[in-house]
Amino acid sequence: MNYIDNILFAIILCIGIGYFAMNVKKLVRNIKLGNDVNRKDNPSARWKNMAMIALGQSKMIKRPIAGILHIIVYAGFIIINLEVLEIVIDGLFGTHRIFSFLGGLYGFLIGSFEILALLVLVAVIIFWARRNVIKLKRFWNSEMKGWPKNDGNIILYFEIVLMTLFLVMNATDTHFQASNSGNVISQFIAPLFSNYPESTLHIIERTAWWIHISGILVFLNYLYFSKHLHILLAFPNTYFADLNPKGELDNLESVTNEVKLMMDPTADPYAAPANPDAVPAKFGASDVEDLNWVQLLNAYTCTECGRCTSVCPANQTGKKLSPRKIMMDTRDRLEEVGKNIDANKGVFVPDNKSLLNDYITAEELWACTSCNACVEECPVNINPLSIIIDMRRYLVMEQSAAPMSLNAMMSNIENNGAPWQYNQQDRLNWKDEN
Amino acid sequence: MSENIVVPTMAEMLAQGKQPEVLFWVGCSGSFDDRAKKITKAFVRILNRANVNFAVLGTEESCTGDPAKRAGNEFLFQMQAMMNIEVLNGYEVGKIVTACPHCFNTIKNEYPELGGKYDVMHHTEFLKSLLDDGRLTIEGGQFKGKRITFHDPCYLGRANNVYEAPRDLIQKLDAELVEMKRSRANGLCCGAGGAQMFKDAEPGNKEINIERTEDAMETKPDIIAAGCPFCNTMMTDGVKIKEKEGSVKVMDIAELIANAQDL
Repeated sequence: MNYIDNILFAIILCIGIGYFAMNVKKLVRNIKLGNDVNRKDNPSARWKNMAMIALGQSKMIKRPIAGILHIIVYAGFIIINLEVLEIVIDGLFGTHRIFSFLGGLYGFLIGSFEILALLVLVAVIIFWARRNVIKLKRFWNSEMKGWPKNDGNIILYFEIVLMTLFLVMNATDTHFQASNSGNVISQFIAPLFSNYPESTLHIIERTAWWIHISGILVFLNYLYFSKHLHILLAFPNTYFADLNPKGELDNLESVTNEVKLMMDPTADPYAAPANPDAVPAKFGASDVEDLNWVQLLNAYTCTECGRCTSVCPANQTGKKLSPRKIMMDTRDRLEEVGKNIDANKGVFVPDNKSLLNDYITAEELWACTSCNACVEECPVNINPLSIIIDMRRYLVMEQSAAPMSLNAMMSNIENNGAPWQYNQQDRLNWKDEN
Repeated sequence: MSENIVVPTMAEMLAQGKQPEVLFWVGCSGSFDDRAKKITKAFVRILNRANVNFAVLGTEESCTGDPAKRAGNEFLFQMQAMMNIEVLNGYEVGKIVTACPHCFNTIKNEYPELGGKYDVMHHTEFLKSLLDDGRLTIEGGQFKGKRITFHDPCYLGRANNVYEAPRDLIQKLDAELVEMKRSRANGLCCGAGGAQMFKDAEPGNKEINIERTEDAMETKPDIIAAGCPFCNTMMTDGVKIKEKEGSVKVMDIAELIANAQDL
C-alpha cells in the first residue's frame, strides 16, 4: 500500500522524461533538414565561446540590469535543480530528504537554495514588470503579439509558482524547521502556518512537494513549445556559431563551380554533365530546408529577447525589418514543415507555402544594411544576417527580383566594373584632376 | 595641387622591373565619387610625403563585387572577384591598403577562399603603422583642440574589429576625441551598407543617416571623422539636412592628417 506513491511518482517521471525525449528527437530531425555546413573546425575556440558566452553569460551583461537579473535566474535554475535530485530519489524510494545525513553541509546547501529562490522570485517579478508595467519597447514590437507575448509571461508565472512551492514545502516541513538548519528564508514563512495542526501541515508539505516536482516536469516539456528552449540550445548554439570575422559572408560553392567553368577557356560548353541525374543546385534560400542546420538551430535557440531588433538601424527608423522576426519566422515555418512531415508518415508533402513571402517579405529583406549590429548584440551568437543574405540570393539569382535601382547597380558592375556608370578606362582620371 | 602627387601604376612598375611595397586599392568611390576622390588624393599625398613605395592598378582595377554580393548576386560577385584576383596574382601583389572598408573586408575575408591571399590593411591601420615605424609624423596643426567624433564604419568595426587605429590617429592631432553614445561595437550604421547606397530606403519614418547624424551632433563636434567613403557621403548629407554644414565638417581620417600637415 505504501508503494503507491512511489509507483505513481515513477510513472509521472517516465511520462515527463519520455515525452520530452520524443520532442527532442523531433527537434533534432527538424534541425537536420538544413543543409550541411562544417562547424567542427577549431574546437578550442568553440569550447571557449561556449564557456564564455553560454555558461559565463558574457554577452548578457552588456545590458547590466537585465544581465544581472538573468544571471540570478540562471544560477538559481541550475543550482536549485540540485534539489531535484533529492526529490527524485525521495520520490522513487519513499525516503524523506535523503541527503539530510550531510548535516551542516545539507543545511548550507538548502540555505543557499532558499536564498537563491527568493532572489529568483524578486528577479522574475522585475522581469514581469519590465514586460507588462514598464512596457520596454522591445517586448511590444509587432511580432510580439499573441503567443510570443503570452509565452514570455507564462515562463515567469511558472518560475514564481515553482519558487513559491519550494519555499512553502520547506516552511511546512516540521522536521526540517525543527532542525533549524538551512531554513534561512522559510523560517519566516513558517509562522504563517503556525495555527494549523501537524497533520494539515504534512498535507500542505506533501502537496507542495508533488506540485513542485510535477511542475518541473511540466516545465521541462513546455520548453519544446516555447522560446525557453534557449536554456538548453544556447550551449550548442554558441559552440557551432560562425568563428569567421562578422564581415565575411560565405562564398557559394555551387556558384564558384559555375564561374570557374565560365572562365575556363578549355571548358566544353556542350559537354554532357558528369552526373546527368543530379538536380541543379538552388541558389539561395526560399524555404527552411535551403538554410543550413546552424541557421535552423539558431531559430530554435532564439529566446525573443529582441536585443537584435532594438539595435537594428532599419527597425529603429520604422522599417518593417526586425531581425528577431526573421528568427521567429524561420522557427515557425520549420515547425510547420516538421508537423507536415509527422502528419504524412515521414515525408514532406508540398503545402504551397514557403518561408519567403508567407512568412518573410522581400520588403523586410531589402531593408537590411548588413551592419551586423544584430549579430554583435545577440547574447547567444545567433546570426539573422546570414538568413537575410541567403534569401536575397534566392530573390536575385533565382527570381531576378531585385529592386530596380539595384539591378542598375549590378549591370553597371557587369558592364563597366563600377556600381555607377563610369568607364573603367576613366578610373585613374582623379590623378590629374584638380 | 594635383601636379604634386605621384601615382605610379602597377603596369608602369612592372615595365621598370620594380615591385612596390604596397598596392593602394582605390575602389570605385575613391576613383569616381567627387567627394571620395579628395580622400584618395589626401591619402596619396601622405604616402608621397612618407616616401611609401606604392602603386595603383589604375584602369586595371574593377569593383570588388561587395555591393553585388550583399545584394544577393553571388554570381556577379564571384566573377568580379576572380577577375580581380587574376590581375592581383599576375602582379604578385602581397600587401594591399585601401581607404574603403567595404573593399577592405571583401578582399581580406572573401577573396582568400577564391585564390586571392593578401595582407590587407585599412588606410587607418596603414597610417598607424607608418607612424609607429617613424616614417610619418603627425602634428595637430589646424585641428589642435578641435572636438572630433569618430563614426565607426560597420565594415571596419564590427565586421573586422578595427576600432583603435582611427582613434589613435585622431588623438595624435592633439584634438579632443569625443565619443558618440553609440560607438565601437555598438556604433550605429550610417545606412549605406548592404548595397543600400545604391537604392532608396524601404518605407519607414526616418532615414538612418539622420538618426546617426543626430548621434554625432549630440557630441557638439567641430568635425565628424569617417573612415569610409559611403559613411562620409551619408554623414555629409545628414549634416546638410540638419543645416549644420557651416559649423560641422565631415572629413576622412586621411584628410585630417594631410590637412594638418598642409599637404
